Amino acid sequence: MAATPKEPVQFSGAGPLNAPISGVLTWVDQRFPLMSLWRDHLSQYYAPKNFNFFYFFGSLAMLVLVLQIVTGIFLVMHYKPSAADAFASVEYIMRDVPGGWFIRYMHSTGASAFFVVVYLHMFRGLLYGSYRQPRELIWIFGMMIYLCLMAEAFFGYLLPWGQMSFWGAQVIVNLFDALPVIGPDLSTWIRGDFVISDATLNRFFAFHVIALPLVLLGLVAAHIMALHEVGSNNPDGVEIKEKKDAQGRPLDGIPFHPYYTVKDIVGVVVFLFLFFMVVFFMPEMGGYFLEFNNFIPADPLKTPAHIAPVWYFTPYYSILRAITEDFMLVLAIGVAAYVVLIWLTVRDSRIKLAAAGIGLALIVLMKGGPLAIEAKVWGVVMMGVSTLIFFLMPWLDRSPVKSIRYKGPLCRAALTIFVINFIVLGYYGVQTVTPLGTAISQIGTLIYFAFFLLMPWYSAMDKTLPVPERVTM
Amino acid sequence: MAAMKTLKTTLAALLLAPLLAFAAGGDVKLDRAPINPDDQASLQRGARHFVNYCLNCHSANFMRYNRLQDIGLTDQQILDNLVFTGVKVGDLMKIAMDPKDAKEWFGGAPPDLTLIARSRSSHAGSGADWLYSYLRGYYRDAERPTGWNNTVFANVGMPHVLWELQGEQVLGERKVQGAGYEKAEPVLKLDKPGTLSPVEYDQFVADLVNFLVFMAEPGRAKRETIGMFVLLALGFLFVLAYALKKEYWKDVH
Repeated sequence: MAATPKEPVQFSGAGPLNAPISGVLTWVDQRFPLMSLWRDHLSQYYAPKNFNFFYFFGSLAMLVLVLQIVTGIFLVMHYKPSAADAFASVEYIMRDVPGGWFIRYMHSTGASAFFVVVYLHMFRGLLYGSYRQPRELIWIFGMMIYLCLMAEAFFGYLLPWGQMSFWGAQVIVNLFDALPVIGPDLSTWIRGDFVISDATLNRFFAFHVIALPLVLLGLVAAHIMALHEVGSNNPDGVEIKEKKDAQGRPLDGIPFHPYYTVKDIVGVVVFLFLFFMVVFFMPEMGGYFLEFNNFIPADPLKTPAHIAPVWYFTPYYSILRAITEDFMLVLAIGVAAYVVLIWLTVRDSRIKLAAAGIGLALIVLMKGGPLAIEAKVWGVVMMGVSTLIFFLMPWLDRSPVKSIRYKGPLCRAALTIFVINFIVLGYYGVQTVTPLGTAISQIGTLIYFAFFLLMPWYSAMDKTLPVPERVTM
Repeated sequence: MAAMKTLKTTLAALLLAPLLAFAAGGDVKLDRAPINPDDQASLQRGARHFVNYCLNCHSANFMRYNRLQDIGLTDQQILDNLVFTGVKVGDLMKIAMDPKDAKEWFGGAPPDLTLIARSRSSHAGSGADWLYSYLRGYYRDAERPTGWNNTVFANVGMPHVLWELQGEQVLGERKVQGAGYEKAEPVLKLDKPGTLSPVEYDQFVADLVNFLVFMAEPGRAKRETIGMFVLLALGFLFVLAYALKKEYWKDVH
């Protein structure tokens, strides 16, 4: 044993049956860091022992990712990415391919399930301050995964080539049309044609089945590597690495395997129960997972009366629709008020000057008569910013504590209102435009941005509770 | 007298026009379709009605004839009773009509009906409810080029194909008590009876709709059966997984 170049690993339970397995493992381990990977990421990766319900959703997101890739591979075996055949090939999968309906429903339900678990996973981060120092990069990689996922879902939604696929893509690609100067050329370039067509379908297929999944997998790897470098946060926001035993193991940590592997299996089974309940008994989910209009083949000459994106995009769609010409004055006043707030509370004169300069430029572009950009463009910009603003979380939150458990009433109220507001925006994003719906979306848009932009103030002035030395169970 | 009647009808139509426009918005009240997906006799009758009355102008491009085995028919029965063209039993239910001709004749190609029961679903009711209400909602309307209009699908392009069975309905109105005021509600009256009684006609439509729902997703019954077993197995697995977790976590305090 001592002659081996690397230190051999001791396998427990070495009996006559285990000997050959142990031999193979030793052989592999001398050529590949199998056991050290196993140790670093599972058997000796110490996770806080007080994970609660919200900590299931990271591993569940991984599960859904694998499910989407595997079902996706089988779908691609039968799907035809062509405007003439796509719709029929999906119905061929649903009817003639053995088990095809099962694969397809898993994939369509999986798309929505992915967003359910990712939204809950992100909410967990907001609850317990998982984006705070030293986990900023985990959060940033995570947000990149989220953006990538939205693109992946958008490209995938065109592939069944139904009415909603077609008109949804039409609406979203036309958003780029609104951008000044480059807009029309940009949207033509994205489509590869002047309308959504066979060329568009083919490139969206390429993005959906290879380009974005590759990026997604890379980002997931980065997300987990960063996590395992600094270690997991927990519902108390206590750093478990600060209290270690004589062997250097965190006192409040337990090895991920077997403790969290067996715990996550329970979460996986519960998740699969709910997932398959949808797959087998309500795959359309009342028109929210599979939209009714999408059972009609794409028809470029027939615009559906009501075009709504799938539910996971609707909060942002609401923000897009909330930015009307009348609302620009409110936005301009909001920007002015924000600059005043900075002038009154920030001492650094460089920040003051920068804020005034940026604020003035924004106000001119919003309401500056001939210099103003039209509201439609602002809608696109605000929608984009609303997805990107999450990236700033690590620097916006200035509370001395991480977890909501020890934050004060201001932060608790802000997060509660934010979540309710996000759901309300989502609801109005599904509905047809009404004056009341637009007014509510506009208020919702202001609340949405206030949650982020005012955070440096309310999180710093909020009362906090004392954080315990060790985690609580 | 006849002129008077026409005048009255026209006036009624004008008065009801806003209501109908509202109906076109999808807010019309739909009748619940009395269908039973397990009733094979009803499905078989529905299949016969479908090939007799619909499959001439409408295609079912994604449905194969031999999938009718799922509703208890043999290949021979399908070929003898339901296939009128020279196609094979494994072929799709296509029609000979060229969509270009259809557009010229009807103003628009009749939609494919394979998935109609799914695409007509809405938050107002299932696709079956819509189809059941629609096929019973035709009335005489001299204003329309076809002579027909529909309470569920305003200004519909298709004439009433089943008029010989149902007879001819006209649109009247009925006073109903609203919240503190009386209002007129459109109501259909059977003006000239058809070869079927109203009850028989409703049954005829229900059978047809039952079949359309089957055709939209022939695997539905199988899906639900398998689903029960999958959920049972997962329920069992949950007990094991939970016990395993409990066992491992005994020593974590």
